[in-house]
Amino acid sequence: MRQEKLIALILQAVALSALAGLLLITVFIFKEGLPLILRTGLKDFFFSSDWEPDAGHFGIMSMIIGSLAVTLGAMLIGGTLGLGMAIVLTQFCPPKLASFLKPTIELLAGIPSVVYGFMGVVTLVPLIRSYLGGPGLSVLAASIVLGIMVLPTVTSISIDALKAVPRTYWEGSVALGATRWQTTHMLMLKAARSGIVAAIILGMGRALGETMAVIMVAGNALEIPGSVLDPVRTLTSNIALEMGYASGEHREALFAAGVTLFAVIMIFNTIALTFARRTIRQGRGQ
Amino acid sequence: MKRISPAITQLIAVGCLWTFTLLTLSILLFIIAYILIQGLPWLSWEFLSQAPESMGRRGGIFPMIVGTFMVAGLAVLIAAPIGIATAVYLTEYTREGKFTFIVRFGADCLAGIPSIIYGLFGFVFFAIALGMGLSVISGALTLTLMILPTIVRTAEEAIRAVPPAYREASYGLGSTRWQMVTRVVLPLALPGICTGIVLSLGRSISETAAVMLTAGSALRMPHSLSDSTRTLALHFYILSREGLSMDKAYATASVLILLILALNLFAYWLMRQVTRRNG
Repeated sequence: MRQEKLIALILQAVALSALAGLLLITVFIFKEGLPLILRTGLKDFFFSSDWEPDAGHFGIMSMIIGSLAVTLGAMLIGGTLGLGMAIVLTQFCPPKLASFLKPTIELLAGIPSVVYGFMGVVTLVPLIRSYLGGPGLSVLAASIVLGIMVLPTVTSISIDALKAVPRTYWEGSVALGATRWQTTHMLMLKAARSGIVAAIILGMGRALGETMAVIMVAGNALEIPGSVLDPVRTLTSNIALEMGYASGEHREALFAAGVTLFAVIMIFNTIALTFARRTIRQGRGQ
Repeated sequence: MKRISPAITQLIAVGCLWTFTLLTLSILLFIIAYILIQGLPWLSWEFLSQAPESMGRRGGIFPMIVGTFMVAGLAVLIAAPIGIATAVYLTEYTREGKFTFIVRFGADCLAGIPSIIYGLFGFVFFAIALGMGLSVISGALTLTLMILPTIVRTAEEAIRAVPPAYREASYGLGSTRWQMVTRVVLPLALPGICTGIVLSLGRSISETAAVMLTAGSALRMPHSLSDSTRTLALHFYILSREGLSMDKAYATASVLILLILALNLFAYWLMRQVTRRNG
């Protein structure tokens, strides 16, 4: 019996390692980055576009706008396609075909981000350059590439949400004479709303945090974009591009950009988890 | 205004949605086909077994293959026991409550953190604070944290899918909880747990930003865990971005794609085993 208690204790300690990892990450990222934000002042850090590390100017506004622009664009594309696919797979597709299509979408999530970025550079960027103008490396190119990359996240979480809706709802609606599409958009989408919101928010987190693909297709210009055809630099690409040679205050500033990103994504996660939990509760009929 | 009949609306809506679906699938197919068509002709035994020359313009990718498997393999080796133990504790040793809520919240948050943040953390914590430098071990430990949530989640699901009757039968025969877990539950949950592990291995192989900041980008063969190494994904990035050699870039990408395809097919096959067994 004593041996059993010991095993339970060891397992409990190991179970805490994910939490410990999260705490370590939080502490170390903030310890490295927060002092510089406080030293520079919130206004000069967040609301200035003057990023000249050598001169001691650390304004990240243009990168924040860049990150927001590509994330928004990615969600317009990935959100629409991803939710559309989730609806098709759960409502309008034979189960046999769905059980084949789902792993196929997961394959989309397995392709390395550098391959997505590369494909963007060799196919999408020349198309945009010759048909729409501008340098090709742009907000638009980054949005399309990121949209495809976040699609599996949006699809798989939306599928879970749609599946959690009790079958009786669907039966009731169809029995009342509603078509399957009317049932889908008037009932299923409403019943699964919180889960779908969670899917969109987690997708946004993915888009906001993606690095390598964005570096390759976004152009990385340090300016506020005037149109979707202008190049941008995001918070993430700035960190990856400059980390290799940064030192001293410059490195601290990159960690400070990391703190910003980390904080925003943790807020996104918490909101998404709250919404996702609500769906589970609804699904259990509480 | 004449109302459009519900049947027509349905036809239009479902048509649109299927178009989205087919569009996505064709993009996936296009990416895989494009890389393989451009890359496979350059693939050869020499390319896979030789060291690169002049920054990768000539020669092969052997040290990167070794480096990739060292970093990704080690990450999975460390993360798998931790992840499975966590899942066992959450499912078999405790009731739903504050503790499970907090652990799950931690794992879910960890899953949402972007890879560049993992890279920054691994760099200051493993490479600098613990003095491991840019090395295989720094990269592997960073990836361990990154894939831990996936392994916990999939192992939990696999363990939960084992019917309670098996546990009762095991207790009925007089086994302790630990015997029940190790001899009954885990063997039955194994295919599901392996699916998660295989997918995590794929994710570790694909990862670029986090390993770039923690394992470095040395071209030479890693001889120990404290050597810096360059993974395949990072090598591909450097080759294509610095325009060193497009042929080599395509060839490296096709190796990556083939690896990911093989791992995903294997995971899919494992999943099928589970669903077939459960009816």
